[in-house]
Amino acid sequence: MEGGGVNGGSESGSMSTVSREENMVVSSEDSSCTDQSELELGLGLSLGGGCGFKMHHASKDAQFARILTAKDFPSLLPSAASPSSSSSSSLCRANVTAKTKRTADSMAAANGFSQLVGWPPVGYRRMNSMFNQAKAPAIEGFNSTTENHKNETSAVEKSTVGSCGNAKLKHSLFVKVNMDGIPIGRKVDLNAHESYEKLAKTLEDMFLESSPSVSQVGLRALEHGMTNKLTRTLQLLDVSSDFALTYEDKEGDWMLVGDVPWEMFLSSVKRLRIMRTSEATGLAPRLQGRNQRQKSKPN
Amino acid sequence: MQKKMECSLPDEVLEHVFSFIRSDKDRNAASVVCKSWYEIERWCRRRLFIGNCYAVSPRMVIRRFPEVRSIELKGKPHFADYNWVPDGWGGYVLPWIVEMVGAYPWLEEIRLKRMVVTDECLELIAKSFKNFKVLVLFSCEGFSTDGLAAIAASCKNLRELDLQESDVDDLGGHWLSHFPETYTSLVSLNISCLGSDEVSLSALERLVGRCTNLRTLRLNRAVPLDKIAYILRRAPQLVDFGTGTYSADLQTDVFSSLAGAFYSCKELRSLSGFWDVVPAYLPAIYPVCSRLTSLNLSYAAIQSPDLIKLLRHCPSLQRLLVLDYIEDSGLEALSSSCMDLQELRVFPSDPFGVERNVSLTEQGLVSVCLACPKLQSVLYFCRQMSNAALVTIAQNRPNLTRFRLCIMEPRTADYLTLEPLDVGFGAIVEHCKDLRRLSLSGLLTDRVFEYIGRYAKKLEMLSVAFAGESDLGLHYVLSGCESLRKLEVRDSPFGDKALLANSAKLETMRSLWMSSCSVSFGTCKLLGQKMPRLNVEVIDESGPPDSRPDICPVDKLYIYRSVAGPRFDMPPFVWTMDEDYALRDS
Repeated sequence: MEGGGVNGGSESGSMSTVSREENMVVSSEDSSCTDQSELELGLGLSLGGGCGFKMHHASKDAQFARILTAKDFPSLLPSAASPSSSSSSSLCRANVTAKTKRTADSMAAANGFSQLVGWPPVGYRRMNSMFNQAKAPAIEGFNSTTENHKNETSAVEKSTVGSCGNAKLKHSLFVKVNMDGIPIGRKVDLNAHESYEKLAKTLEDMFLESSPSVSQVGLRALEHGMTNKLTRTLQLLDVSSDFALTYEDKEGDWMLVGDVPWEMFLSSVKRLRIMRTSEATGLAPRLQGRNQRQKSKPN
Repeated sequence: MQKKMECSLPDEVLEHVFSFIRSDKDRNAASVVCKSWYEIERWCRRRLFIGNCYAVSPRMVIRRFPEVRSIELKGKPHFADYNWVPDGWGGYVLPWIVEMVGAYPWLEEIRLKRMVVTDECLELIAKSFKNFKVLVLFSCEGFSTDGLAAIAASCKNLRELDLQESDVDDLGGHWLSHFPETYTSLVSLNISCLGSDEVSLSALERLVGRCTNLRTLRLNRAVPLDKIAYILRRAPQLVDFGTGTYSADLQTDVFSSLAGAFYSCKELRSLSGFWDVVPAYLPAIYPVCSRLTSLNLSYAAIQSPDLIKLLRHCPSLQRLLVLDYIEDSGLEALSSSCMDLQELRVFPSDPFGVERNVSLTEQGLVSVCLACPKLQSVLYFCRQMSNAALVTIAQNRPNLTRFRLCIMEPRTADYLTLEPLDVGFGAIVEHCKDLRRLSLSGLLTDRVFEYIGRYAKKLEMLSVAFAGESDLGLHYVLSGCESLRKLEVRDSPFGDKALLANSAKLETMRSLWMSSCSVSFGTCKLLGQKMPRLNVEVIDESGPPDSRPDICPVDKLYIYRSVAGPRFDMPPFVWTMDEDYALRDS
C-alpha cells in the first residue's frame, strides 16, 4: 500500500480507455476494496464488469455515462473502504473507478484526464450560462486563439467557448424535471445520456422510490394515491403507459419527447415534465404541432 | 436596599447603547454579560444572521428575538454550487416564512442563500409584511415568475430585489408589469439570472424611468445591446450596471448612442453582464472606465489584446472577474495598470479540455501578486503551478485573506520539481496570517495539512479535493485550526480515526462536508449517537447505508451543529444518525 498519492493502486483487467467522443470512461472495478491509495471517480460503468456485481442497466454492449443526480447506478460508490478482510470488503458496493497511472510528471496525459464527476469546481449555473446559447444551439468546435482573432471582426460573434481538438465538449446540460403529483422537482444532466432510452430509464429511477419513506416526496405521493404507480416502471416512452414524458422547447411549446433526433432535442429542450397521459392529449408531435398551434411570444 | 449590582443604567439607556452595536459577535458577547443585558439585548436585536437554517428552529429564534426586522438564512452546503449535493436535499424556507409571518409583521428584509423558495413563500411575504423592503435570493430555486409578480404587486416599499444566480421558472405573465405605476422606490434590481423570455422590456423601461433612486440595475441576457442606451439615459444616476447580451451587428449609430449613454453615467462604478461580447463594442464603455472599481467580464469571451486595451483605461479597478482568455500577458498588463486591485477571479474558459487552450500559467498570478499591494482575494483556475510561485506569492502578499487555487487536473505536482505542492501552500498559510478562506489543489500529502494546522489560525473555511494520504491530514486540520468554521472535503482518504478523535471540535464549527472519503458508516452512527448537538447526515442515493456492513464508507456525509435536533424534511436518500436511528429506520 503506497503511502504517497503518487502512483495509482492496482488495477484489474480491462483498463480505462477514454473514449471522449462519447464522453465516457470505460472503467473496471477496483479489485481490492482495501486499496487506500487515492482513487478517482470515473464516469461510466464497465462493460459487464468482471467482478461479479450486478449493475441493473448494464448490457454487454452499452456504454453510458453517469448522471450526477441519478440514483440509478448503485455500484458507483466511490473510493477506498477501510482496510479489512476481503470478505467483508466484497460486501461493500463495488468500487467503480477509473484509475489512471499517475506518475509525478504526468499532468494532463493525452487521454488520461478522466471525466470526473463535477470537476473542476465551476458553478453549474456558470457552466450552463457559458455553454448554452440563448439563441443558437451550441456549436462545438475548435477554440484556438487564432480562430478567435478572426472572429473578432465578424458582425455577430458566436460563442467561442468550446473545446480543444475534436473532442466533444464535455459539459453539463442540466434541465429541471417535474412529475405530476410530486411537488419536488429534480434536475438531470442531458449531456450525460446518449439516447431517449437512457434518459427515460434515469428518470424512471429518479422518480420511483422502492419504498416511500417518511419524506416530503413519499408522503405527497401517497396522498395523491400514487403508491401503486410508484412501484411499477413508468414506461415513459411507451404510449400506453399512464405517464408521458414531455418537454418545453425554446419557443415555449410543450412537446412529446422522442419525436425528433436526440441531438435536435438537446438543442431545443428547456425543461422536462412527466405528465399524466390524460393531460397529455393536447400535445402533438413536433412536426404536426407547429402549424396547428398558435404561438404567443412575449416581447 | 435594592441590590442592583449588575448594572445601574436604566434599560432605555442600555438599549440605546446596544443600538450602536451592529456586529453579531459583539451583540452575542453583550448578551452573556448578565441576565438583564441578555434580556435587553434580545428585545432590541433587529438583525439576524443564521448561517445554517437547520442549526436552529424558527420558533427558538422567535422566542429569543421578538423584534427582528432583518433576517439572513443560508441553506444548502457550499458544494451544492457544483451539483455535488443531490436535488431535493433540503433548505426549505417556507417553515421560516410561516413562523415569521405571525411573529414579525414588521419584517423588512429577507436575505437567503442556497435555499428552496416557493411561490407560496413569495406570496406570503408579499401579503404579510407591510413594510417589506429587501428581498435577496442568492443562488435559490423553486420559485417562478408568478411569485415575483406577487412581490411586485404588493410590496409598495420594496427597495431591493436581487435574484442573483437563482433558478427561476418562467411561466410568462410579464411579472415586471405588476409593479404599479405609482411604485417608485426601487433602489436595486438584479435580474441577471432570468432566462430569455421572462422580462418585458417596455415594463422594465417604464420602471427604470420612474424609479429615480435606482442605483443598481443588473439586466439579464435577453436585453439586447441596442436597448441599453435607452435604459442608461433614463437612469444616469446608476452606480452598478449589468448589461445584457453585449452583441449586435456593428453599426456606428448604435455605438455612438451607447458610448454617449455611458458617458452620461457619472456615478457608474461597477459593470457586469457582457454576455456574447462583440469586442468592437467594448470601447463604448471607455467613458466610465477611469472611475470603475469593479468589472465582471467572466462571461465575456474577449481575447487578451482587447482585454489589455480595456484594462489600461481602468486605473481605479479594485475588483476584476475575468476568463482565462486574459492569459499571462493580460495579467501582466493588469498588474501595471491597476495598482488598487483587491480582488481577482480568473475562471476557466474550457474546464474540461485536456490540452490548454490559453496561455495562462502561474506566471500571470505571480505578476499580479507582486505588483498589486492591496490584493487580498484570489480565485484562480490554471493548469500548472510550482512551489516557487506559491512561495513568492506568499512572501509578497502576506495580506491575502482569501486564496482559492484550482489546478484543473487533480493531483498535479509542481511542474518544475515534480514534488507535491505542500511547501507552496505551507508558505501561504505561514505568511498570510489573516487568511480566512483557502481552497487547495494539486498534489498534496499530509504535510500540507500539518502546515495548515500549525499556521492557519485565522482560517475559517477550507476546501479540499483529491489531497492528503491518511487520517493524519484531517487530524492536523481539526486539531490545529482554531477558527475553523466550515470544512468541505471530497475524494480524500480521510476517515474514522481523525473524526472520532476530534468530534468535540465539530461542535465548534458550522459544518463539515465529506464526500468520497473513507468515513465508515459505523463511525457515522457512533458520532450521531455520541454527539446529540450534532446532526450527522449520511447522503447516499444508492440505498440505505445499513444495507451494507458498518465498515463500508458512506458516499456523502454532512455534519453540522444544531440546537434544533434532527430535521424531518429530508429526502429519501438522506439519513440522520442519532440515538433513534436504529429504531426509526427499522
